[in-house]
Amino acid sequence: MARMNMVQALNSAMDVMLARDPRVVILGEDVGYFGGVFRATEGLQRKHGEHRVFDTPISEGGIIAAAIGMGVNGLKPVAEIQFADYIYPGFDQVVSELARLRYRTAGEFTAPVTIRTPCGGGIRGGQTHSQSPEAIFTHVSGIKVVMPSNPYDAKGLLISAIEGEDPVVFFEPKRIYNGPFDGDPHKPAVPWSTHPQGEVPEGHFTVPLSKAAIVRPGTVATILTYGTMVHVSEAAVRLAGIDAEIIDVRTMAPLDIDTVCTSVCRTGRCVVVHEATLFGGYGAELVARVQEHCFWNLEAPIQRVGGWDTPYPHAFEWEYFPGPARVAAALTKVMEAS
Amino acid sequence: MTPRSRLHVPSPPARPGQEPDFSYLALSAPGAAHRPEVTVAAADTENLSKELVRVLGDDHVAVGPWNPHLEPPELQVGLRHMLLTRLFDDRMQRIQRQGRISFYIKSTGEEAVAVAAGMALQPGDMLFPSYRQQGLQVVRGRNLVDLMCQCLSNTHDMCKGRQMPIMYHWGSGNIFSISGNLATQYPQAVGWAMAAAIKGEDHIAASWIGEGSSAEADFHHAMTFAAVYQAPVILNLVNNQWAISTFQGVAGGERRTFAQRGPGYGIPGIRVDGNDFLAVYAVTEWAAQRARQGVGPTLIEHVTYRAAAHSTSDDPSRYRPKEEWKAWPLGDPIARLKGHLIALGEWSEERHARLEKELEVQVNASWKEAESYGTLSGGPALDPLTMFEDVFKDMPQHLVQQREEMRALLEAGTIDVSPVPLAQKA
Ligand SMILES: Cc1ncc(C[n+]2csc(CCOP(=O)(O)OP(=O)(O)O)c2C)c(N)n1
Repeated sequence: MARMNMVQALNSAMDVMLARDPRVVILGEDVGYFGGVFRATEGLQRKHGEHRVFDTPISEGGIIAAAIGMGVNGLKPVAEIQFADYIYPGFDQVVSELARLRYRTAGEFTAPVTIRTPCGGGIRGGQTHSQSPEAIFTHVSGIKVVMPSNPYDAKGLLISAIEGEDPVVFFEPKRIYNGPFDGDPHKPAVPWSTHPQGEVPEGHFTVPLSKAAIVRPGTVATILTYGTMVHVSEAAVRLAGIDAEIIDVRTMAPLDIDTVCTSVCRTGRCVVVHEATLFGGYGAELVARVQEHCFWNLEAPIQRVGGWDTPYPHAFEWEYFPGPARVAAALTKVMEAS
Repeated sequence: MTPRSRLHVPSPPARPGQEPDFSYLALSAPGAAHRPEVTVAAADTENLSKELVRVLGDDHVAVGPWNPHLEPPELQVGLRHMLLTRLFDDRMQRIQRQGRISFYIKSTGEEAVAVAAGMALQPGDMLFPSYRQQGLQVVRGRNLVDLMCQCLSNTHDMCKGRQMPIMYHWGSGNIFSISGNLATQYPQAVGWAMAAAIKGEDHIAASWIGEGSSAEADFHHAMTFAAVYQAPVILNLVNNQWAISTFQGVAGGERRTFAQRGPGYGIPGIRVDGNDFLAVYAVTEWAAQRARQGVGPTLIEHVTYRAAAHSTSDDPSRYRPKEEWKAWPLGDPIARLKGHLIALGEWSEERHARLEKELEVQVNASWKEAESYGTLSGGPALDPLTMFEDVFKDMPQHLVQQREEMRALLEAGTIDVSPVPLAQKA
């Protein structure tokens, strides 16, 4: 076992896969010599060669389209989109092409492309370096959507994504690249080295897609969340002093409905938490599933906590960010209702 | 042996630790490029798009058909604008380093691209810049305090705290909102110009894009629409050799110049020495006349060098030789215009030093005033509840509800609004 932060874990996943599978190639803006603006591909070009790890022109549409073509021709491309906020020029290629290729050719053509992209706020990045657009992608049939919350999962899930045969959009919450963040920006940053999930095997291992994780067992309520908000939810549970179970969904699509609903049916109360805006957000899907499967077990209306329905403002980052206080308030509310 | 395909991955001539090497740059002698009539057919600009329009020689003398013959007072204004832009950039970078703003982008070394072009246009012409043309704001007389307040996200911020530093806009100054998403402004400028043509107005549009960003499909959209509708627009492509860590070859500049793309679309292409104030002024004036007379659009490639880091989040020593800027064959636009004015007998080292002092005082005074309107760490602050405004013209019910929710949280002290030291930057 080694101690890794999330960036090192992702780097290790790509390193392992480049070594194991000659079909794997890495492409994206600044990913080659430089090793990526977040350093996720550092050293990979030197080690595996510039035909396996290379810089692209600044064209997200081109990157994703080329990755599809490479995938069709037998490679397993891992494309980096520098920020999730910059994925939209490639949106048509994801929605109309990548997601539907298998379906429209009845399985004759497929493109096993993994798109990695940093998401989320908390770094004073303003509206174009802070977005959490996962729901835009979970709404598209045919792509898997993943977001890890710690280094161990990041590596294991990324390897699963690359090894799989379906396209994956892999969101990386950049605020927790270097350490778990509990939502309180006034506290000094904590590194992953002090966190159990910062222990990551050096070699090959997988964490399965479409399998949620219970990160904190609890009895009286269930928090459904993912990414940075897993850590914020843990802080909220401590703050509220309520023995809530925290489920890290990990793969948003296709969803592990069993783990989610088994927990809610047992606790009878549910809070859904994400950093993304609420309106039409992924939380709405979770709420719908929970009410379908757990309606007769629910003791209180389900609560949702998310970003306010505005673009991400630069000045009011911490008024905007759904911190532990708002999650704790929602938790208290589901406990009060009867 | 049978020949086989092989992936070509462009790599720059020099990486850290290696000698800078600009031998790949095709340079023409000052005064050598010919100057056609503005009615020239795109196909007849093939040469112009390969050569380099230069006016100022190493001897500081202005030569050739592109010499715009500007009067010394105008040249002195140009020098002043470029110098102010540089001092402003230096100051803002220092302020970022002190943790007082979250981010900054300098335009060091490429000030002429914005300043000379801005001066050759008319105040009513609409500008669609990228994030590296702060010189346009200076040319149009924007108060530096306004720019600083935007960077501070304070009570006088024209963006009301909603944008990262440098994402300015200026309605009354006819400068469009800078986007964080690359290249989007390019086809928008074409649309603005089309509207001017539809309405029969004589104002034109101008836009700027980096050579790296020209790989985005928006570049193609802009060129196609501009060519199809012969829109009155100037499309500037700033080839400063680097796009973060990738050199211009990765954007497609290895075998043909960026200006050569123009004739391919049916748009005249001109390649200009972007560090030559006079040359940039002259080609802009030429393209503006063309657009204003209804002849159509022009693509201008400005050959320059990004002397600074990409942004305050970047460390260029990781990917390019430290000494590259010194080896850049087209020099420094400020030093070159200064040298020209001195050669004309219209400037001196003493006057330059005095001007620099005067502008320093202006920048310092501006910063003092800007700070008094609030900083990230104290002083007057914007009302966080304003974040719900301007999402729509009228606030819909769900936003009213969220605003009230937040108001209650703020009143109860549930949300901690005390200043947060700037976190580690991406
Ligand atoms: C659509 C989009 N993709 C990626 C980025 C990230 N990014 C910001 S600046 C930049 C480099 C741009 O280089 P260039 O166009 O040459 O302009 P320069 O910075 O040299 O002025 C990149 C990749 C972005 N802002 N928007």
